[in-house]
Amino acid sequence: MSSLLEINGLVTSFETDSGWVRAVDGISYSIEAGKTVGLVGESGCGKTVSAMSIIDLLPKPSGHVLEGEILFKGEDLRKVTNERMRQVRGGEIGTIFQEPMAALNPVHRIGRQITETLKLHEGMSGRQATAKAVELLDAVGIPAPEKRVSAYPHELSGGMRQRVMIAIALACEPDLLIADEPTTALDVTVQAQILELIESMQEKLGMAVLMITHDLGVIAQNCDEVVVMYAGRIVERGPVKELFANPHHAYTRGLLSSIPRLDAERKSELTTIPGQVAGIQDFVAGCRFCQRMDRDRSVLLRTRPDYCEISPGHWVEACPECFQPEASSVS
Amino acid sequence: MSDSSSHILSVRDLKMHFPIRGGVMMKQIAAVKAVDGVNFHIEKGETLGLVGESGCGKSTLGKALVRLLDPTAGSIHFNQHDITHMSQSQLRPLRQDFQMVFQDPAESLDSRMAVGELVAEPLIIQKLGKRPERQAKVAEMLRRVGLPANAIQKFPFEFSGGQRQRIGIARALTVNPDLLVLDEPVSALDVSVLSQVMNLLLELQREFGMSYLFIAHDLAVVKHMSDRIAVMYLGKIVELAPADEIYQNPRHAYTKALLSAIPEPDPTASKNRVILEGDVPSPIDPPEGCAFGHRVGHPKYQESIGKDLPFEEIAPGHWVQKCPCCVD
Ligand SMILES: Nc1ncnc2c1ncn2[C@@H]1O[C@H](COP(=O)(O)OP(=O)(O)OP(=O)(O)O)[C@@H](O)[C@H]1O
Ligand SMILES: Nc1ncnc2c1ncn2[C@@H]1O[C@H](COP(=O)(O)OP(=O)(O)OP(=O)(O)O)[C@@H](O)[C@H]1O
Ligand SMILES: [Mg+2]
Ligand SMILES: [Mg+2]
Repeated sequence: MSSLLEINGLVTSFETDSGWVRAVDGISYSIEAGKTVGLVGESGCGKTVSAMSIIDLLPKPSGHVLEGEILFKGEDLRKVTNERMRQVRGGEIGTIFQEPMAALNPVHRIGRQITETLKLHEGMSGRQATAKAVELLDAVGIPAPEKRVSAYPHELSGGMRQRVMIAIALACEPDLLIADEPTTALDVTVQAQILELIESMQEKLGMAVLMITHDLGVIAQNCDEVVVMYAGRIVERGPVKELFANPHHAYTRGLLSSIPRLDAERKSELTTIPGQVAGIQDFVAGCRFCQRMDRDRSVLLRTRPDYCEISPGHWVEACPECFQPEASSVS
Repeated sequence: MSDSSSHILSVRDLKMHFPIRGGVMMKQIAAVKAVDGVNFHIEKGETLGLVGESGCGKSTLGKALVRLLDPTAGSIHFNQHDITHMSQSQLRPLRQDFQMVFQDPAESLDSRMAVGELVAEPLIIQKLGKRPERQAKVAEMLRRVGLPANAIQKFPFEFSGGQRQRIGIARALTVNPDLLVLDEPVSALDVSVLSQVMNLLLELQREFGMSYLFIAHDLAVVKHMSDRIAVMYLGKIVELAPADEIYQNPRHAYTKALLSAIPEPDPTASKNRVILEGDVPSPIDPPEGCAFGHRVGHPKYQESIGKDLPFEEIAPGHWVQKCPCCVD
């Protein structure tokens, strides 16, 4: 069976003043049609870069996909023409960016930003596109949509801007929605509205979602599968319930045990993951979590661990130190 | 309420309105009612959590409390001193006892100053200690917040967001304050750094017995840090209760909606989010009566118009803004 999106051995690098750095260092995962995959990991681990690699939106000229396949509906997006990529982007793959204000054009009315997408991808006339834009704004829950089509982005609240972004991303009924921290800047109540909106649109359109977030609550409540990244690599991935119940990598365990929980004793000491992520320049070839933990068995730092499938679809980077089948402390 | 001698801070009917001016005469034509009549106190050594959605007035309240703003009405008593209308020079001797850590470290950390100078600055302003003592204190504080000793010569931009947040905390702590207003001190942090900073704040509180006003929008974080929690909506406190009580027995409809919206980090937990309709109302032209009832279009909202909505103690220590629509 083939997946909607299949990423094999993706490597993405940046050319910097001090040489090449590998922001994404050989990651593989897939997304089935209609499913939601969550991508978690701490700031700077490569979540956004890996997603931008899919739709060829890396910062130019410094960012490059160096290796790997990005199979979307069987077609390798690394090999397609620019023309085809433009069709895919915004047509078959919609995107919600981390910062809506950066993605919306401040000098254009929001209606125009939606109609442009529709004219480009669906070949609609101006009037058809405007009618559809109003319909979309209504569908994403913007009150008085026929008035708001002529609003500028700065005239909207953060939550409304995020809704407009979603309306644009969904305008062409994509097969895949890439949502990069769609709710991080928002309040919990607005977050709940936006997540609900994405979910209902997903049901209606049968689209798949790649949900990038560092909120494990969002992952637990909204995703079917989860991919845990650490320092440019995937350390663990699997079905959400299985992975939360049975985390096997020391980093995943650390992440899950350090979040403050509502049922924990108040003011008690929280578990922490010791140390800090190494700078991207200093990444070792071997296990990067061992690098953080200052584990000095040099072989661990020299050779990249293999992956082990411990139950159907549950893959873990099998570093002898970090692979922890039994519950045990992170340090 | 408990005997006021145990209060480090008491706030009565506090209002903070920002004037909006217009016309050629720049007359005041309206006001942003950012904080619109709040009452609460903070006990010595306790943490009061403050939650509420963006724009409801949390930062403004925090800044008014440490008198970075001049309150429009009401009173603030700090350690029995009425500081509501004190001039900055009258405040100076008291300043070392109340400090604030800002939401946006960029707002408080001058990027041209080295970290050592930034952390020492409150001591210099307060004329506390001689140079060698100050240096020792700075080194000690940086160590306490987990920054390397060589951080002293570095500049804020050389640090990550979490580290900058810790510089802000070290700076506020050098003068050993009795009260620390922490404005979203962990919102910008990653999970792994978040738990480190939270542990640090808890440890410092145990050691020095400080009181905190802890402002945040992550409700699990607030619950973990706080003894009592105040829920703010559009410039008013709508509910205030002991932390466990407010989670187990929320009485105001807004508190209930807020709590139900927390995504639990447990895939087996059922989700029964209350999805709010509508947008946050404007503090410039707040609706009459119960602002939350207005937003959700509560059937009994009309009944709240023209009524007094008193802040009442409905159970020991559990305060709610009573109204016909949002509290049953
Ligand atoms: N234009 C660039 N030039 C050089 N390095 C870059 C560039 N963009 C990103 N990087 C580096 O790539 C790495 C991954 O960045 P990325 O934005 O993917 O992180 P992220 O996981 O999305 O983090 P966050 O949670 O903060 O959004 C980081 O170390 C970052 O510094
Ligand atoms: N100096 C000012 N002049 C005019 N209006 C102001 C000023 N400072 C804040 N406001 C307004 O007061 C209201 C409350 O703002 P405040 O920053 O206190 O909210 P907040 O609860 O801290 O929000 P957030 O969670 O986004 O930090 C907002 O409508 C804001 O625009
Ligand atoms: Mg990112
Ligand atoms: Mg604020």
